[in-house]
Amino acid sequence: MLTFILKRMLLLVPVSLAVSIVIFMIVHLVPGDPIDHIVQIGSSPEQRAELIARYGLDKPILVQYVTWLGNVLSGDLGTAIILRQPVSALIVQNMPHSLTLGGLALLFSTVVGISTGALAAVFRDTWIDRGVMTAILFGSTLPSFWLGLLMILLFAVQLEWFPVSGARTWGSLVLPVLTIGIGGTALVGRVTRAAMLDVVRKDFVLMLHAKGLSPWAIQMHHILRHALLPVVTILSLRIGWILGGAVTIEFVFARPGLGSLLINSLSQRDYPVVQGCLLMLAIAVMLGTLLGDVVQAIMDPRVRERIA
Amino acid sequence: MAQPMHTLVRIVSTPRGAVSGAILLIVILCALLASWVAPYSYDIQNLPGANLEPSASHLLGTDEFGRDLLSRIIYGARTSLAVGFTSIGASVLVGLVLGGAAGYFGGAFDRSVTAIVDLTWSFPEILIALILIAIAGPGLHSTAIAISIAYLAQFTRLTRAQIIGLKNETYVEATIGLGASHGHVLFQHLLPNALTPVIVAGMLATGDAIILEATLGFFGLGAQPPTPSWGAMMSSGTAQIFIAPWIIIFPGVAIAGTVIAINLFGDAIIDALDIRGKLRES
Repeated sequence: MLTFILKRMLLLVPVSLAVSIVIFMIVHLVPGDPIDHIVQIGSSPEQRAELIARYGLDKPILVQYVTWLGNVLSGDLGTAIILRQPVSALIVQNMPHSLTLGGLALLFSTVVGISTGALAAVFRDTWIDRGVMTAILFGSTLPSFWLGLLMILLFAVQLEWFPVSGARTWGSLVLPVLTIGIGGTALVGRVTRAAMLDVVRKDFVLMLHAKGLSPWAIQMHHILRHALLPVVTILSLRIGWILGGAVTIEFVFARPGLGSLLINSLSQRDYPVVQGCLLMLAIAVMLGTLLGDVVQAIMDPRVRERIA
Repeated sequence: MAQPMHTLVRIVSTPRGAVSGAILLIVILCALLASWVAPYSYDIQNLPGANLEPSASHLLGTDEFGRDLLSRIIYGARTSLAVGFTSIGASVLVGLVLGGAAGYFGGAFDRSVTAIVDLTWSFPEILIALILIAIAGPGLHSTAIAISIAYLAQFTRLTRAQIIGLKNETYVEATIGLGASHGHVLFQHLLPNALTPVIVAGMLATGDAIILEATLGFFGLGAQPPTPSWGAMMSSGTAQIFIAPWIIIFPGVAIAGTVIAINLFGDAIIDALDIRGKLRES
């Protein structure tokens, strides 16, 4: 298992390098002089010169990249142009909000998705199944930011159960988690149902029936357990999508977090912050996918062998 | 797709295909004929008539500048469909060529294409789109480019899988034996046979692309005012959420209706052509 994790982590090295190159190149690909995108407005020529020296903007691009990467690895992501704070400090402030939201949404999607999917599979071709499938269709196609706005309209503006925006209370987490969770639930629910219906047809299930096991025990102990593998696979593939959902939903609910910070900085063209946020989000997606793969490998020895 | 007309008739004779097809047709007609269909102009402001609730003269009410919401939604169909179709169309074309060449020639070219595709595959489209918008700057053109690059991996992967499945068929060997060039084999024989699943996947992705365009518009990174875009309309509506909720509700209904119709119609095509398995191959 340890070798699997180590090998899987080694695979992350080229990916991280490629991602870091793309993110580094952003300020160089934007039209104009890169220094104008990282220097604070109203800086003196000395400060400009200091930054040019620090980032080595007069040196060849490869040297600049290595310098930048060295700074990033030592935790120096530059200084925000508009917010005038170290980018790393901004990220440290915002990261916990995003992690809480993304983590709770993932938990919600997994638990509710597996339960509703299993419910639909056990009661297949009844009104329960049709109801769940219709809900899944809507849950997976409605734009999440619109769903969030509708939730605000209904539960915050009309019923006044939860705050409209912000992150001051735990109650403010309910609507954002629900909004991201509905899309995730639809995905997990659909895969759980399909996987369970697939396992039902297997010979060993027929065997269990022949042995006289109760249908309930067969569904819960045998079919659902087998069906969980594709669910974990899809979750490990789609963890990034749930985190990506957090980016959108933070903005909708005006919550602090990496997503809100990224989108606001994009509008203000605050490139050091944009680079820092994109880097963190990319790392989060990679670690999330890694986590999904490890869980998958714990559950299925074949996955371990494939990579080892 | 030997008999397209025949297939189309089969699709629209199912209830699902008929309803979703009709909705799509209405949205497409709205986009094409916006200047005739829309009751008002999309950009004439009338501040005394701002935030009016839906009534006989303004069926869906007015926005914070007193502009007719229905007219803006009809014009907005133009933005959504134009961005959705052109960006996915470009993405499908490039994906066909890249994935086709990678699958057909194999070797180092295939390995590098696959490496890049796998790299972008694990990242959510919205993140890829935001990286590209960071480079190209906000606006409708960069949105379209960002969307087409964000979805490129999907079509490249799908085409590559199709071509690998096809290239060892006897007829391909026979064509090469007769002295055909690689380009001829790839473009005349392999790609046409791989086309259907990729186009259907492209159609389904168009729905996602419309949502992505709306999301970027909602962030203020897509269409810039006064261009009517469903996402951007909702974004300005958030400030009026307490007094004029219709500004948020109706553009969302337009997006949801269009995207659900595209998905259902796409599903109907998949069933009519029986290609669900092929779409899973990638």
